[in-house]
Amino acid sequence: MSVIQALDISLAVLVLAVAIWTIVSRDAFAAVVGYVAYGLLVSLVWVRLFAVDVALTEAAIGSGVTGVLLISAAVRLRGTEAAVAAEWPGAGSRVLAAALCMVVTAALAAVVLTMPDPGATLAPEAARHLAETELGNPVTAVLMAFRALDTLLEKVVLFLAVIGVWSLAADGNWGGIAGPRRATNRQGALAFLAQLLPPVGIVVAIHIVWIGANEPGGAFQGGAILAAMWMIVIMARLAEAPAIGERRLRLALVAGPAVFLAVGLMGFAVANAFLAYPAGLAKPLIVFVEVFMTLSIAVSLPMLVLGPPDRPSS
Amino acid sequence: MNFLLVLSLVVPIAGALLAFGVGGRWVSRIALATMPLGLAIAVAIAAGLRPAGGSLVYLLGGWSPPLGVALRADWLSALMMVTTAVVISAIGLFARADFPAGMTETRRSFAFWILLLAVWGALNTVFLSGDLFTFYVSLELLVFVAVPLVALDGRAETLQAALRYLLFALLGSVLYLAGTGLLYGAYGTLDIGVLSGRIRGEPVTAVAVTLMTVGLMAKTALFPLYLWLPAAHAGAPAAASAVLSALVVKGSFFIIVRLWFFVMPGLAGVAAPQLLGALGAGAIVFGSLLALRQERLKLLVAYSTVAQLGYLFLAFPLALDAEAGRLIDGSALIAGLVQAASHATAKAAMFMAAGMIYVALGHDRIAALGGVVRTAPLAALVFLLAGVALIGPPTSGVYFAKTLFLRAADSTHQWWWSLVLDVGGVLTSAYLVMLVARALAPADQAAPSMAGIVSGQQPVAALALVLCSLLLGLLPWHAWLPLPLAVTTPDPLSLDALWSLVWPLLVGMALAALMGRRQNQRPLRMALWLEQADHALRQWPAAGFSLLGLTIMLGVALLLTP
Repeated sequence: MSVIQALDISLAVLVLAVAIWTIVSRDAFAAVVGYVAYGLLVSLVWVRLFAVDVALTEAAIGSGVTGVLLISAAVRLRGTEAAVAAEWPGAGSRVLAAALCMVVTAALAAVVLTMPDPGATLAPEAARHLAETELGNPVTAVLMAFRALDTLLEKVVLFLAVIGVWSLAADGNWGGIAGPRRATNRQGALAFLAQLLPPVGIVVAIHIVWIGANEPGGAFQGGAILAAMWMIVIMARLAEAPAIGERRLRLALVAGPAVFLAVGLMGFAVANAFLAYPAGLAKPLIVFVEVFMTLSIAVSLPMLVLGPPDRPSS
Repeated sequence: MNFLLVLSLVVPIAGALLAFGVGGRWVSRIALATMPLGLAIAVAIAAGLRPAGGSLVYLLGGWSPPLGVALRADWLSALMMVTTAVVISAIGLFARADFPAGMTETRRSFAFWILLLAVWGALNTVFLSGDLFTFYVSLELLVFVAVPLVALDGRAETLQAALRYLLFALLGSVLYLAGTGLLYGAYGTLDIGVLSGRIRGEPVTAVAVTLMTVGLMAKTALFPLYLWLPAAHAGAPAAASAVLSALVVKGSFFIIVRLWFFVMPGLAGVAAPQLLGALGAGAIVFGSLLALRQERLKLLVAYSTVAQLGYLFLAFPLALDAEAGRLIDGSALIAGLVQAASHATAKAAMFMAAGMIYVALGHDRIAALGGVVRTAPLAALVFLLAGVALIGPPTSGVYFAKTLFLRAADSTHQWWWSLVLDVGGVLTSAYLVMLVARALAPADQAAPSMAGIVSGQQPVAALALVLCSLLLGLLPWHAWLPLPLAVTTPDPLSLDALWSLVWPLLVGMALAALMGRRQNQRPLRMALWLEQADHALRQWPAAGFSLLGLTIMLGVALLLTP
């Protein structure tokens, strides 16, 4: 057994152990910490599977943004923990649930383990048509050309999620500043990080979006990093969160899907189809769309984390 | 012509984005302006199908599957798209009074109109998608539209109902996605057409289809997986309830149909479609009996949805051609989808009527409905007609669907499904008869009046929808659908037709008297038992066990298929 194999096996064992710990943990905060660690370990697994694009997304979204969301939820739910513990199902239900889950898991495992290796894939097909998209990264080609509709609709999902979060506001607070009021503390470690990280983070994010056309990276990963930078600045109170009625914020939120849709419709006229790019202009158009998508992602994710406004607009 | 498929998704979504960007009092205007356009596109697609040989295909970005994604319209898509466009437009008219365009932007109006456009785009994506992963994205769209609609009133109990719905629906999404991943890993394509040529009856197919179907059943709230539906559909504002009950639950049902009839029609076997039909029968009986036991009108309508969703799943056993060993997309499937269209129009009208009755009386307690005929005559009339449309008089879509179902039950020698259909008609009559009795009772003079005023447009929108449902059977279906035999409407004045309408009403009356709620009288033991079962099924442990148990049963049924 080589060193790499040994590392892979210990990684797999670790992922399973952290997953089980997350499930059995009865304290919500501990479970969230376990979940964040799980996300980071899974992104390492994706690196080992040579899926760097997925690893970046898993680290940024699966672990990063979701982690922040879950931690703030767990903190808010501290007071209800005792009531939840009282509703814990009895031993009989837990045993039955475990047994049924094991049957389903066993069937799933049996099927996955007997699948052909390597599995059926469209990767060679995507590679063959990569040149037509003028891109170097086949993942970006799938997202922005071959399956562009799915990516466009996923951006609409994100936009709807923001509306869903905002719609939880009290009627009187509509249009107000997003998120709860925060205590000012400009001296702490957070404030220091909030001054130190953003210049670096913004450069890294722009780099990741730019190279996404040819290397692992792209709008989602870059946008998530930008979002993290903005959130850290808001959380450290170095800047106020925007008001949800603000026109600039609204336009930034719809810019991604709207520009993607407009470029897609342009395909009717200048290429042969909706979501087709004219030859020679494919790469510039795709990068153009990705810039606006990055903007929308960078603005949407903090809106989801901050939550609905809880004070009226001034 | 084919570009219309693109426009049918793009127009509502562009409307939603535009409304969001512009904001203020323009939100409702943009939404209302989108409606005639969307309706025209849906009708044009339906009209263009036959000249095009029954199907329209659009290759997005010019990439052909399996690498690219195609949009496909066939009669199923067209039928559901026109229904959706009609229902959404009527809801738009109805909602103008409840979600007005004021000078300042309000939370409820802003969210409602944008979500209404988004649900339209999401449903059209479901109906036109030719790809399993695009289905997944459209399911996500539907969840993120439906959950805020449930919570629109912002009360603590509606938030709780919305959260419950979100968790259960996301569980369904995960199961669907897991199955999709397995199918891609096994056959290397997500395109329905390509996949149907490659798929084989092996364990991976059985496991994948089981996970996907159970996930979709959870989203459709098929019995016994309905824990989220009553509170979610009954707690939303009337216009939102109409969207949720009429349309959103049909989206996930449609994907089950695509999966079973178009991806693996030859691999369904005998046991699995019977299981789906049995769950449908369970929904019809259980949901209708529980509707009889409700104290609030909107909850009764919600349980009626639980029951009516059951009919859709009768299409699976009845569409099975035992000799060929495959599901046929013929009469029984047409019956299922016409039933879906009839229910969508009638149920949207019914929720609108319940909302108007709530406004007119200031409450929706069934025991205190007396006098509603005088206070809100039009709303009461719409409710009655919507109930009648669900029972199915000879001109209605429900009658048309029932005739086709009965014909299929006859030709495939499955008499037990005819029995289910008859029992269903009786049970629907029962809760309608009970409501009529309550409504005709003298008004309780002592009750304080908190009556509001119903806007003039609202009854018109509801009445238009209910007429659609009542007259759906008269459309020239055989000219447009692959129907071997036309369904003839019997003379409505003939003795046979009258008798077929009267006997379920008579039996329903007896049942309503036995099972319904009465003051100062102990309910039957069976009624109490039903209520306990319902209460248990709406708790997480029982819902979780049902989900796992169904997964195992359906999995075994599919694995044992030769």
